Amino acid sequence: MNILVCVKHVPDATADRKFEDDNTVDRVGVDGLLSELDEYAVEQALQLKEKGEDVEVTALCVGPEKAVDAVRKALQMGADKGIHVVDDAIAGSDAIATSLVLAKAVEKAGADGKVDLVLCGMASTDAAMSVVPAMLAERLSWPQVTMASVIESQGDQVRIKRDGDTATEVIGATMPLVLSVTDQSGEARYPSFKGIMAAKKKPLEVWSLGDLGVDAGEVGLSVAWSQVEDTTARPPRSQGEIVKDEGGSGATALTEFLASKKFI
Amino acid sequence: MSEVLVLVDHLDGAVRKPTYELLTIAKRLGEPSAVFIGDGAKGAEVAEKVKKYGAEKVYVVDDAQIKGYLVAPKAEALQQLAEKTSAGAVLIPSTIEGKEIAGRLAIKLGSGLITDAVDVQAGDGGAPVTTQSVFAGNYTVTAKVTKGTPIITVKPNSAAPEESEGAGSVEEFTAEISEAAKGAQIVATQPRKASGRPDLNEAAIVVSGGRGTGGDFTPIEEFADSLGGAVGASRAAVDSGWIPHSFQIGQTGKTVSPQLYIAAGISGAIQHRAGMQTSKTIVAVNKDEEAPIFELVDFGVVGDLKTVLPAATEDVNKRKG
Repeated sequence: MNILVCVKHVPDATADRKFEDDNTVDRVGVDGLLSELDEYAVEQALQLKEKGEDVEVTALCVGPEKAVDAVRKALQMGADKGIHVVDDAIAGSDAIATSLVLAKAVEKAGADGKVDLVLCGMASTDAAMSVVPAMLAERLSWPQVTMASVIESQGDQVRIKRDGDTATEVIGATMPLVLSVTDQSGEARYPSFKGIMAAKKKPLEVWSLGDLGVDAGEVGLSVAWSQVEDTTARPPRSQGEIVKDEGGSGATALTEFLASKKFI
Repeated sequence: MSEVLVLVDHLDGAVRKPTYELLTIAKRLGEPSAVFIGDGAKGAEVAEKVKKYGAEKVYVVDDAQIKGYLVAPKAEALQQLAEKTSAGAVLIPSTIEGKEIAGRLAIKLGSGLITDAVDVQAGDGGAPVTTQSVFAGNYTVTAKVTKGTPIITVKPNSAAPEESEGAGSVEEFTAEISEAAKGAQIVATQPRKASGRPDLNEAAIVVSGGRGTGGDFTPIEEFADSLGGAVGASRAAVDSGWIPHSFQIGQTGKTVSPQLYIAAGISGAIQHRAGMQTSKTIVAVNKDEEAPIFELVDFGVVGDLKTVLPAATEDVNKRKG
């Protein structure tokens, strides 16, 4: 089985993230890392590899130079190969263009050996749109099996438990398919020392738009199908009163506060 | 005036409040047309509801042939309707399913997509301008679609529903669903139990519990009930198995922006803050005075929620009389 895991390199969500002057995300001023939610996708790919026979896991990332760190992290966790798609023209792409580049990369990877499963996280931790997996399924014309908290696979059949908006659903489909997993799917492993060492020798291919047959005019900031007009930092919240509870004083102060704000 | 399609958010034909919010927004942009994908027999009933909030037309797409398949058929139906009506925009609720439908629709229509809008207004020439709250609520962004038919997913509580009598004329629409759209089967469905409390996405007051509850959410629930609020939880509480994931507030759960958010026994890690940071009034109760959550609060109590909340609940109930 040939599994492709999509990973994104994102600004650290615990740091002070900001925008550039052109309203794109600042990917330079803040340290980047493999998006936490994509770690779960790598983990599930590795679990499928451990349970199955002859399973190869490739980490695929579209991003600028430094984004290769996300591929490296996936390799350290246990992925077998990496693919980094990097091209200046991609900068400032929206989700639509990103999904195009990813889909073309999946197709190119498939030329070497049929891809059975494209695995994604449930959302990126920067834009947090949660649309790329569905868009990938649309572009590849593969079933969309998304937002999985439990994954089962047997042969070419995949079944998941999906925590939908109003119900819990069981979704089933036949490979090849696009699968996205949530943070409920199981804790992601830390790279072992052995894994970190082994990762240095693993194959890592670098592809440009030309390698994918994608025209530079189809991607990037200037042709994006939506445009950010303005970004404004919210003024930091000023801290209000903090009281220490002493023999019931806390509860009294709390209800007085709520009453003063007309909540009771 | 061009039609603005609004995908009706419903549970088995019972229309949910975000639908009325979206219709109100649609009226700013053009002529609202509701799209109901569900049991065709309930179409007339749905029309009666949505026309009160401005729906001029109500397209009823019976889902008998498609309800067994995940997302893709709904995207195809919406595409066909958007093309047939030359829609000026498509508004979709920002639910898990809604965003996936929107993503696929954007590619099908060759149109730009904006997700999780917290406001939509008509800009220059009537084109929609959206507002989003990003980077865990630290930034406000305005944006617009620059290609095709704007597709916008809108978060709950982004507009106050405005009553406005529309014609609500029902038009049955049969979508042509491709085989490719039937690849993902919904093999089984288990609806969530109704809690009897307000919906977390829409509640004006939310009381959330975290690790500090030690697994007992009773103080949280009783306090929420005294205030008429919804119950939420931190990821720690969900991961410990104390409460289902549907209650989780945060980056990988729900993002809410109620009038009042009370975090009890929650330290306030960035992933949680991402889900509640834009709440109008924030209160925290925590034993640890160094807890990061206190940086955000309008009022805080350093104390044990197990004593503070029950006492506060009693006080609130007494005041209510």
